[in-house]
Amino acid sequence: MSIKGKAYIVGIYEHPTRKAEDKSVAQLHAESAKGALEDAGLKKEDIDGYFCAGDAPGLGPLSMADYMGLKLTHMDSTDSGGSSYLIHVGHAAEAIALGKCNIALITLAGRPRSEGQATGTAARTVQNTPDAPFENPYGPATANMYAMCAMRHMHQYGTTSEQLAWIKVAASHHAQHNPHAMLRDVVTVDDVVNSPMIADPLHRLDCCVISDGGGAIIVASPEVANSLKRPKVKIIGAGEAPKHQMGGQVDLTYSGAVWSGPPAFAEAGVKPADIKYASIYDSFTITVLMQIEDLGFCEKGQGGRFVSDGNLISGTGKLPFNTDGGGLCNNHPANRGGLTKVIEAVRQLRGEAHPAVQVKNCDLALAHGTGGSLGTRHGAATVIMERG
Amino acid sequence: MQSQERKIQAPQPNPETQAFWKAAEQGKLMIGKCGACGKVHYYPRAICPFCLSDRTELQQASGNGTIYTYSVMRRAPIPYAIAYVTLSEGPTMMTNIVDCDLDKLRIGQNVRLVFKPSEGGPPVPMFAPA
Repeated sequence: MSIKGKAYIVGIYEHPTRKAEDKSVAQLHAESAKGALEDAGLKKEDIDGYFCAGDAPGLGPLSMADYMGLKLTHMDSTDSGGSSYLIHVGHAAEAIALGKCNIALITLAGRPRSEGQATGTAARTVQNTPDAPFENPYGPATANMYAMCAMRHMHQYGTTSEQLAWIKVAASHHAQHNPHAMLRDVVTVDDVVNSPMIADPLHRLDCCVISDGGGAIIVASPEVANSLKRPKVKIIGAGEAPKHQMGGQVDLTYSGAVWSGPPAFAEAGVKPADIKYASIYDSFTITVLMQIEDLGFCEKGQGGRFVSDGNLISGTGKLPFNTDGGGLCNNHPANRGGLTKVIEAVRQLRGEAHPAVQVKNCDLALAHGTGGSLGTRHGAATVIMERG
Repeated sequence: MQSQERKIQAPQPNPETQAFWKAAEQGKLMIGKCGACGKVHYYPRAICPFCLSDRTELQQASGNGTIYTYSVMRRAPIPYAIAYVTLSEGPTMMTNIVDCDLDKLRIGQNVRLVFKPSEGGPPVPMFAPA
């Protein structure tokens, strides 16, 4: 059984806040849900499925169903960090295809900026996890985990800091058109490689922003989608997979996209070359480069060459990516960028992206996420969507 | 830049890992070895990550390895080098490179086991240039 064509994305909402000092996390979830319902033209009472991940407060779907007063026949709190919401889109399509629910709501929200978390550079202390005693003493922050992947990729494939910088340059070209983006200045390769070193070889401008915010997505059956007035976005393929240290057989040169991508492409019946627009998780520039290779947009090891010279910039490049500015420039709500990846892909397929970055005749889009940490264990998730 | 001593968060041994940290107190780095499939693994665990057998035991590593990858955390009060080191026995483990010039580390470099004290816990296996 396939999910192809069994469910549609009918509502999206990106919370405009980037610093929410006067709001709670539950409130941001609910405001995002409300925005997505209004976008779809649906009512709260229509929702019968709910999906959320570790950013949802309390007991996830229980606390949030209570807060929002939802009556549900299906719930799912799969957590793979920032890629959770891409997994949720696939799971929502499965649940709808099986008749477990008809209209599914997915929400994300958080306020790491207001709470003053030094997310990228602070050591993490996660207790009661089997790997923690073998990692926490060494100071694994977020930035240095991704930095170790970049260092190895450079060693093995000759990737350069200048090539990685092109990813940020492309994101900044898109962000200049987004009034909500945190960083709207167009930057150059020199700006990136001359920004302060955070964790060798990643510079400050290789890293995403830290922002408050949230977002929501509504997935519904074909019958519901046909009854609504918004442009239709069909889910045609999805894949998910964890990647980890494999008992010590560590290989940091590839991501879980090598496993989540192929089943998504196979289900959709399309090839990487067919994709008109891609939302690619951009916690760091290296994250984008590895995922582009692992999804098959170029040969393994050729990512540096592929992203150079503006190839990711809408209007000039072969693979327009993250036209909202992505995590590198726009926002990274709750330190989890997967939901906003789906939102911008839906905007592109609807023809509702900013005119300066709208991809012409955008009828096929991909969104991909990497959650957790590329340097230890992460969840990869791919969703392929089609217009109409 | 020469590496400096920094505070090391204490690992918290549990019933499964107690023997590993006891050995660490004696200056020994242990890896997991499976009596069923014969493969070695890291971090050591009671259940083999390759075949799920419970016939695992600890085996002392030689302490020799090479740097698989590393990163110097410049944005820290005391900069430090995090790394993955591939042990001569095969498994690759997360660690720190210490007692070194942080600007002269390179992938493929030979390193040798040292133990550094943690804050109120057992000593932690790290590596220094060989």
